[in-house]
Amino acid sequence: MSAFGLALTPMKLRQRRVLPGFGLSLGFTVFYLTVIVLIPLMALVIRPFALGFGGFWTEISTPRVLASLRLSFGMAALAAVIDSFFGLIIAWVLVRYRFAGKGLLDALIDLPFALPTAVAGIALSTLYAPNGWIGAILIAHGIRIAYTPWGVLVAMTFIGLPFTVRTLQPVMSEQSQDVEEVAATLGATRLQTIFRVVVPMLLPTLLTGTAMAFARGAGEYGSIIFLAGNLPMVSEIAPLLIITKLEEYDYAGAAAIGVVMLAAAFVMLLALNALQAWAARRR
Amino acid sequence: MKRILSLLAAAAIFATTSAQAADITLLNASYDPTRELYKDLGDGFAAQWKAKTGDTVTLNTSNGGSGAQARAVIDGLQADIVTLALAADIDAIAKTAKLLPDDWQKKLPEASVPYTSTIVFLVRKGNPWKIKDWPDLVKPGIQVVTPNPKTSGGARWAYLAAWAYAEKAPGGNAGKAKEYVANLYHHVPVLDSGARGSTITFTKRGIGDVLLSWENEAQLALKESPGQYDVIYPSRSILAEPPVALVDKNVDRHKTRAVAEAFLNYLYTPEAQLIEAKDFYRPRDPVAAAKYKSQFPNIPLATVESDFGGWEKAQSTHFADGGVFDQIYQPGK
Amino acid sequence: MSGKFQNPTQDPLLLRIFLSLVAIGFVALFLVLPLLIVFKEALADGLGKAFAAIIEPDALSAVKLSLLAAGIAVPLNTVFGISAAWAVAKHDFSGKTILVTLIDLPFSVSPVVSGLIYVLVFGLQGWFGSYLLDHDIHILFALPGIVLATIFVTFPFVARELIPLMVDQGRDEEEAAISLGASGFSTFCRVTLPNIKWGLLYAVLLCNARALGEFGAVSVVSGHIRGQTNTMPLHVELLYNNYDYVGAFAVAALLALLALLTLVFKTILEWRYADELAAMHRH
Repeated sequence: MSAFGLALTPMKLRQRRVLPGFGLSLGFTVFYLTVIVLIPLMALVIRPFALGFGGFWTEISTPRVLASLRLSFGMAALAAVIDSFFGLIIAWVLVRYRFAGKGLLDALIDLPFALPTAVAGIALSTLYAPNGWIGAILIAHGIRIAYTPWGVLVAMTFIGLPFTVRTLQPVMSEQSQDVEEVAATLGATRLQTIFRVVVPMLLPTLLTGTAMAFARGAGEYGSIIFLAGNLPMVSEIAPLLIITKLEEYDYAGAAAIGVVMLAAAFVMLLALNALQAWAARRR
Repeated sequence: MKRILSLLAAAAIFATTSAQAADITLLNASYDPTRELYKDLGDGFAAQWKAKTGDTVTLNTSNGGSGAQARAVIDGLQADIVTLALAADIDAIAKTAKLLPDDWQKKLPEASVPYTSTIVFLVRKGNPWKIKDWPDLVKPGIQVVTPNPKTSGGARWAYLAAWAYAEKAPGGNAGKAKEYVANLYHHVPVLDSGARGSTITFTKRGIGDVLLSWENEAQLALKESPGQYDVIYPSRSILAEPPVALVDKNVDRHKTRAVAEAFLNYLYTPEAQLIEAKDFYRPRDPVAAAKYKSQFPNIPLATVESDFGGWEKAQSTHFADGGVFDQIYQPGK
Repeated sequence: MSGKFQNPTQDPLLLRIFLSLVAIGFVALFLVLPLLIVFKEALADGLGKAFAAIIEPDALSAVKLSLLAAGIAVPLNTVFGISAAWAVAKHDFSGKTILVTLIDLPFSVSPVVSGLIYVLVFGLQGWFGSYLLDHDIHILFALPGIVLATIFVTFPFVARELIPLMVDQGRDEEEAAISLGASGFSTFCRVTLPNIKWGLLYAVLLCNARALGEFGAVSVVSGHIRGQTNTMPLHVELLYNNYDYVGAFAVAALLALLALLTLVFKTILEWRYADELAAMHRH
């Protein structure tokens, strides 16, 4: 999360390069980055354009591909909003309150990050299937989660939670409480203070966390395929469609969707950079 | 970095070529429901081969959706033999990667299909929705579980069985068949990528009222959880022919041609046919067929050759990009 | 705190209780319940059956493969992370922003895309596939492919933790050491490394957790050969699809235990070395 902000650190133009190892470390960094990341990504980007831009456009403009992209990005956005709402409350509780078991709560937040996605997938599908603990209760009220687009949402919300909480927490704990005191002295109620003063101050950080949860959710595969119905046009996420295209020997089609997702990832990174710049200015 | 990569590569070479002389490993890329079958056949063949030559053969099997497995072989999975759900997937390996000749199906008896199967309905115990035949599947409120025909072989057989039924039913034609199949897939709540995934969805997750399933997969489900399901044979189904083939280029590279060929021929022997019948695949051998007669009810079966003009045609008409199956999922259709 | 003169920066009691309950409830529902169900299903037939599923040869070989893949990927990414952080944090050069953005890119790329790119490069239908096959070098569907996919998905972890930490610490100490005649290497070992050691450990821990648990990317390049190219998460999927429900959840429980162990170590690290980590997260 923090590396994004780096670009903004003012260039300290003192004596240039007094520390040794510049050539070696930069050389290795660039070499490793090129071999592991850039060359393979190049293979991805080139593949669908073998048939020109028209070919690329034909691949991604089919209703099924568009529907899967809409589902992946739409649900990821919704999941990120849910995560930022609850992430805000959880971070607030963790930073501001003291109660027994707080340490445990704090440690558990990172579970979705540490738990393999396949494990999360089978656990969530066991819970939310009509015969599972939560699914059985919901089905009694006519709500279906597993094997519907809402299953996608549940899995993405699970995956994204640590990103919003962990982005907010350090900023919140550093934020000075003077403004809140001032607001209170000026006659604002506590709720007014929270919603008018505290939350707006946290906005850039909140958005950063939301963007990270979104990026993670949009690309998520392992936990979703066990829980979503995988129906074309309804509950088929873009990464699954990549796999399906691959299994139909449609390499160009698979790569085309991959390129769209890669472009989205890149745009997200740029947006995160901008958000970090904003957050830095606000602090 | 380079050194590490070449070390890794060396390790990989070592891992794949070290098994030789008296220790032979064969890799079988197979489709989803054959896990149990090829474990049994591998053991049977290993015993026979050991008695004959003194060598130890281990059959490793990689399972997945039939299309997924073909894709892996095309991308370089070093399978010595492929045992997939339908000829079209092996055709794809021959065409795309040229790892075996186009006429691979002529290399073994019975068009390289040592055992057959069909598509049946698996319903919950007591058949609460009284599902007897294909028209019952599209009644209001019925949910049908079947995998994605794009990636699963079993699903393609199920799709064709439904199509053949609707086309051959009294007053049926291609237009009616398309309408019926489209209607059927609108009753499907989950499309798993492989047959086994669908079975798990139906059995473990309690989704759906009927599972369109391989006969062998349905029988296995009965065996795994007795008293929970019934198998229903529709009035007509399809002769499902899962073929086997040698991956020529790979066996030559591994120098495993002799043993891989012997294994494929073993699949046709009376001993292997009994194993196949025991694991719920319809055997070719009359003796095995007679012994397990009660297990395989006789119903009229369509074939891909006579009803669909062969796999190449069926594949391009129904399952290729923009084919009939894709049209079902177009909005507004 | 007395009821009447409440601290203006403290929430009213009712609000505190409400928010705490929301936070705890959300975490319990979304994070704890999935974890519980994994253990519940794993122990459905008793501890003996679960244990048997873990020590069965195919499961053990999956454990071994996962450990081996992580054992190669994590040290490589650690060396890369240190080298990238040294170049970026201790030197000035143009193009730094682009370099850092590219290092972060694998974080927001879908795991499925991460697998796909290596298929396009090393697959038989890809760039180098036939060349490699002619020379009997196996990358895809063998250990190197699994390692590459693992490296890709854990690529930014060490770098993104170390870069802000080292930027924050500045260059003065190293510059002093150099001007006193220390060599570059001994400056790094004696000055830089002690300063970053806990942050480094923290990053390696997270990197390792992700490496052991990766599913989507590895699934694309593995080939799923039982007992040979199945990692732990893939073995979970295989057992799950094999009517071996208890076995699948037993291996899943093992992975969940590893995840919990990661969280414990992480909490200990955060607790003992709070200052250094706080400095790192201030960005």
